[in-house]
Amino acid sequence: MMRRSPLKTLGLYALVVVIVVFSVFPFYYAILSSFRFGSELFTVTYWPSSFNPANYVSVFAEQPFARNILNSVVVASVVVALSLFLGVTAAYALARVSFRGRGLLLFTILSVSMFPQVAVLSGMFELIRLLGIYNSLPGLMLSNLILTLPFTVWVLTTFMRDLPKELEEAAVVDGASSLVIVRHVFLPLMWPALVTTGLLAFIAAWNEFLFALTFTLSNDMRTVPVAIALITGASQHELPWGNIMAASVIVTVPLVVLVLIFQRKIVSGLTAGAVKG
Amino acid sequence: MSDIALTTAAATPARRSRLSRSRLRSAWLFLTPMIVVLALVAGWPLVRTIWFGFTDASLADLSATQFIGLENYYSVYDGEAYGLIVDPSWWNAVWNTIWFSAVSVSIETALGLIVALVLNANFKGRALVRAAVLIPWAIPTIVSAKMWGWMLHDQFGVLNDILMGIGLISQPVAWTADPQTAMWAVVMVDVWKTTPFMALLILAGLQMLPSDCYEAARVDGIHPVKVFFKVTLPLIKPAIMVAVIFRALDALRIFDLIYVLTSNSSDTMSMSVYARQQLVDFQEVGYGSAASTLLFLVIAALTIATITLGKVRLGGETR
Repeated sequence: MMRRSPLKTLGLYALVVVIVVFSVFPFYYAILSSFRFGSELFTVTYWPSSFNPANYVSVFAEQPFARNILNSVVVASVVVALSLFLGVTAAYALARVSFRGRGLLLFTILSVSMFPQVAVLSGMFELIRLLGIYNSLPGLMLSNLILTLPFTVWVLTTFMRDLPKELEEAAVVDGASSLVIVRHVFLPLMWPALVTTGLLAFIAAWNEFLFALTFTLSNDMRTVPVAIALITGASQHELPWGNIMAASVIVTVPLVVLVLIFQRKIVSGLTAGAVKG
Repeated sequence: MSDIALTTAAATPARRSRLSRSRLRSAWLFLTPMIVVLALVAGWPLVRTIWFGFTDASLADLSATQFIGLENYYSVYDGEAYGLIVDPSWWNAVWNTIWFSAVSVSIETALGLIVALVLNANFKGRALVRAAVLIPWAIPTIVSAKMWGWMLHDQFGVLNDILMGIGLISQPVAWTADPQTAMWAVVMVDVWKTTPFMALLILAGLQMLPSDCYEAARVDGIHPVKVFFKVTLPLIKPAIMVAVIFRALDALRIFDLIYVLTSNSSDTMSMSVYARQQLVDFQEVGYGSAASTLLFLVIAALTIATITLGKVRLGGETR
């Protein structure tokens, strides 16, 4: 590596500081605000001056926020499990077996992941009413699959395609069935890819808003993003910002922790989904 | 792709071909559940939405729906034209969406490139910085909209406080309410939220660059700025293009951020927000579905164009 002049080093670090402050400040400010209660919120501060957990208490007291969190966890977990199961089996066929129409199928799957959600909104609404799952968690699980499934299949296919061919050859010659091959040859190798895709799918389902807003009616059935978006105060012009910030911090901290732990995996998953796609 | 399978089958007789037939059978068996689910959650609703676009469906009672042809798109009663393509608020939404997509993706590309170049340099604490940059990406869109909504608050917002502190503005700005600034507020939040994604994709491209051409350029004493424009930029152009396309397709369907930050204000209404307002708030399923269909067609045309032009690898080759 070449040596930089002091001036350049200074410039680089200045840029680094700007980038970090720009990235982190809004989240930092949300945490700061969430611990300021009542009229404290109406003065701006940049440093932690008070530590009042009252907003955190009232966000759970004023609406079924614990229930909303549970809803989000249940919906996202089921969606991830379904997507991964369907994704692994489909990816094996798409990546390791050549058949007519494979290119077209992959093309269709890729196109579905580009769908604007609103393009299926009225059709999905009808389907959900028809199945009798309006205003219930199964309705959200069903609709969220459109976000996670194409993406899961796509990333897992790219991953499986890059595994060496010799892996399954021996098993094929031994007469192992495809199910055995997937379970005993591929699955053990796929854990890193499964963790990455599962995590990305979880984040997508956790953050989903349009379907959750449209297909639920009562506070009890809402997921976290909808609950936060619909927190209102005494009047329309007086949003309880303290509560909103506390709720925001609660749902964001686990995600930020997950992302920081799985940093490298997420980056590789994102680039596998996009650059190779 | 299938000819390779055929050659192997021809090379080794009967057993091999029976084997590949059973492989094919199980392949379709594996694919069927995924295809069925995808058809149920994507194919069928899409077809129904397009169909609703040709009807007078209302949310109150979807069963009392009648086919009305193209009337949602265009019709004339008593010399007055009605329908989407003569609806000024639809065209306002189209224009807003295009303006938003063009401006936000351009800014995100420029900033993403800078962040990627910084992250690609060698300095102490690089891993920490990379983690910090991921934070905006990890925060749910709704939450970032609310966080920024609070920072942009006209009376108590921190942004006004900062800008007044350094003397850039003399009185508080109502960022999300003022028609002059509302769209810029949306762009600002979107840039904050998605620049990391852009930077990571470009960074992946940067890290695949061969180091020998940089060695050569250094030995020849070429100025780094010139190296950047003559070597780096052309080499990472494909990575940038892919990132831009992904972001643009995403920006064109924007809903969450605008809905939460400025609700149904016409200054920032996007095509998705317009379609949902018609569908749910006004209960006009037919008209809203027509708008959704138009949005779908725009995005589908762009997707097909980029995939065919970009020669994306679609599993054409066999392993």
